[in-house]
Amino acid sequence: MRALVSSMIAAVVLTLVFGFVFPVVLTGFAAVAFPSKAAGSLIERNGVTVGSSLAAQGFTGVQYFHERPSATSPAYNAGATTFANLGPTNPQLAKDVDKAIAAILRLEGPYNPGLTAHGIPVDAVTTSGSGIDPDISPAYARLQAHRIAAVRHLSLAAVQQLIVQSTDGRSLDFLGEPGVNVLKLNLALDR
Amino acid sequence: MQGVAQILVDAAVLIALAYPLGLYMARVYNDKRFGGRRLGAVENGFLRLLRADEREQDWKGYAKTVLIFSAVFTVPLYALLRLQGHLPLNPDHLPGVSGPISLNTAASFVTNTNWQYYGGEYTMSYLSQMAGLAVQNWVSAAVGMAVLAAVVRGFARRSTSDLGNFWRDLYRSLVYVLLPLATLLAVVLISQGVVQTFAGHATATTLQGAHQTIARGPAASQVAIKQLGTNGGGFYNSNSAVPFENPNGLTDFVELLAILLIPAAQVFMFGKMVGALRQGWVLFAAMFAMFAVGIAIALPAEQHGSAVLRASGVSLAQGNMADKEVRFGVPSSVLWTVPTSDASNGSVNSGLDAYTPAGGAVPLVNIFVGEVIFGGVGSGLYGMFFYVIIAVFVAGLMIGRTPEYLGKKIEAREIKYAAVGALFVPTLALILTGISVVTKRGLASIFNPGAHGFTEALYAYTSQGNNNGSAFAGYGATTFSAELGTVALYMGRWVPLLAALALAGSLAGKKTAPVSAGTFRTDGPIFAVLLVGVIALTAGLMIFPALTLGPIVEGLSH
Repeated sequence: MRALVSSMIAAVVLTLVFGFVFPVVLTGFAAVAFPSKAAGSLIERNGVTVGSSLAAQGFTGVQYFHERPSATSPAYNAGATTFANLGPTNPQLAKDVDKAIAAILRLEGPYNPGLTAHGIPVDAVTTSGSGIDPDISPAYARLQAHRIAAVRHLSLAAVQQLIVQSTDGRSLDFLGEPGVNVLKLNLALDR
Repeated sequence: MQGVAQILVDAAVLIALAYPLGLYMARVYNDKRFGGRRLGAVENGFLRLLRADEREQDWKGYAKTVLIFSAVFTVPLYALLRLQGHLPLNPDHLPGVSGPISLNTAASFVTNTNWQYYGGEYTMSYLSQMAGLAVQNWVSAAVGMAVLAAVVRGFARRSTSDLGNFWRDLYRSLVYVLLPLATLLAVVLISQGVVQTFAGHATATTLQGAHQTIARGPAASQVAIKQLGTNGGGFYNSNSAVPFENPNGLTDFVELLAILLIPAAQVFMFGKMVGALRQGWVLFAAMFAMFAVGIAIALPAEQHGSAVLRASGVSLAQGNMADKEVRFGVPSSVLWTVPTSDASNGSVNSGLDAYTPAGGAVPLVNIFVGEVIFGGVGSGLYGMFFYVIIAVFVAGLMIGRTPEYLGKKIEAREIKYAAVGALFVPTLALILTGISVVTKRGLASIFNPGAHGFTEALYAYTSQGNNNGSAFAGYGATTFSAELGTVALYMGRWVPLLAALALAGSLAGKKTAPVSAGTFRTDGPIFAVLLVGVIALTAGLMIFPALTLGPIVEGLSH
């Protein structure tokens, strides 16, 4: 069986080349050319790693901007990403969304007089695809800005300025959607 | 508007890149001395190292080599997954993968499917990812490309049984097409923030003082080939929705191009190899039209939002954002879901289970018709040839002449191979779905209630049978579903592949008749329309009853 022998040799050779040499060479290149990005875009503050600009971390404090809901277990687990997988007509989705709306109305209502469900952007009450979406929509950030300004005794304009600075626009101005990076924004607030 | 502009740019860039790549690939597979003396010596050295039979093969010889070559990987891959806990390159100390999941995953990757019953970053060690799964991403893609080259030679050659040499086609697919493209793509991805490290997970102390674990690994090198090879299996569980695999709009765009590039180029490669580029353009036009229809249905549906979200009263300016990422939004999510289901690439940048009924039905139908809308690398176009043969046959019946394609008489034998190739997998998918919803053990996998749960099962066996790999991911892994899925994976890959090679073998032996006034032209818009019609009337009608039980009833009842 000549084809069998050839196949077995091929399996070894191809595994060596594409399974080891290729990833190792690229890792070496990455370590030299883009060390920080290849290592997970980690952010340090005073020598301590405080997270990654590419992962949500579950802000709950009233002085911080909050991220979108997460379906991971526990929430915002950057070691086990997942979707919620709730179908568009699933009663559980309705319950989760209603709960999220009620929580936002409770938290942001006092700082946004007259706030109703219709004033809440949909990304604020839906789980993300990864469970660690680092971004929120600019609309959700603007909604939270009133609370942040009041709690931190800042002017609304100053907070809104920080939001603009932490917003990643569309790539090349037309690819994807703009998003506000929550960790970068909260770091800027703490500064 | 944003979405439409992006789609138009995508299409323009795709054509601008795929056309020259297609002409280049025609040379790669046609030119005996491709690469010149020095590179040729490396190629010959590789074949000698393998002790490969370097002669041209007929369809049976070619098929036998493909099957043996693919089978050889299966057992070691299964063993690697089972034993990873005792092997090196496992910095996060992950245990071995369970038996049924290993069985399914090995089948899934050898067949270019990449269905994920496993959880990426929290199931697979670095060794399993790079030396197991990623190697299959290269190899199974190259197998599809090699088989397509052989099939196209069947159309192009006359009065011969030779379809080429598998080893040479395999080598050239890997070295002259996949390797340069994957290297380039991986570099771009790393520059944008896709992780590439052997350092194990990172730990962080969050601003609120909590402990955070961040999974990392050699991802960029794997993501590059998973996209180019229409594989799709995620380094992470949430696949291309995870920022560490797909950090921004630019990477999303580049990865999407990578997904469609080779399948689209192969259409032009085919045109060039049979000496009639117009024939390639006709197939491209038919594919592009079906792609556009998918977008036109799914995009408005997702922008409109789901029934639950509309009832909740929130602002739906962004559309159905459930299980979608902010940086992609609805337009870039739909513009990923539709082409990945066209192209046999199982990667997702948003959770399909949360799509609206119409939005989720589009990828389901795209996959069900056999992923012939660009399709998988190689497998897409050879799948399309089945429909081409049927369309030519139907046209022949209508005008009362012997059907011909590219000057080759299409006779009973070709029709039989084409019918098997086109109808086997849809039939298989429906039967397995049926089994899964009438058995207790099958029903245990369903996650969502009601009609949506049926769609999950239908999607699972459609995706595995057609070797796509995307999922309504609530559908759960059980021993039963993993084994039933394994049946779909193997049969769905090898039966059409063998039918395509048999078809090519039969065509290669024929003479080429000159074009006459009575020849039905297959290089104009009429044929493109006929081809789309045939696809809609065969596989399209086959899935319709199942659609009424799933997405249609779900859409109507809310």
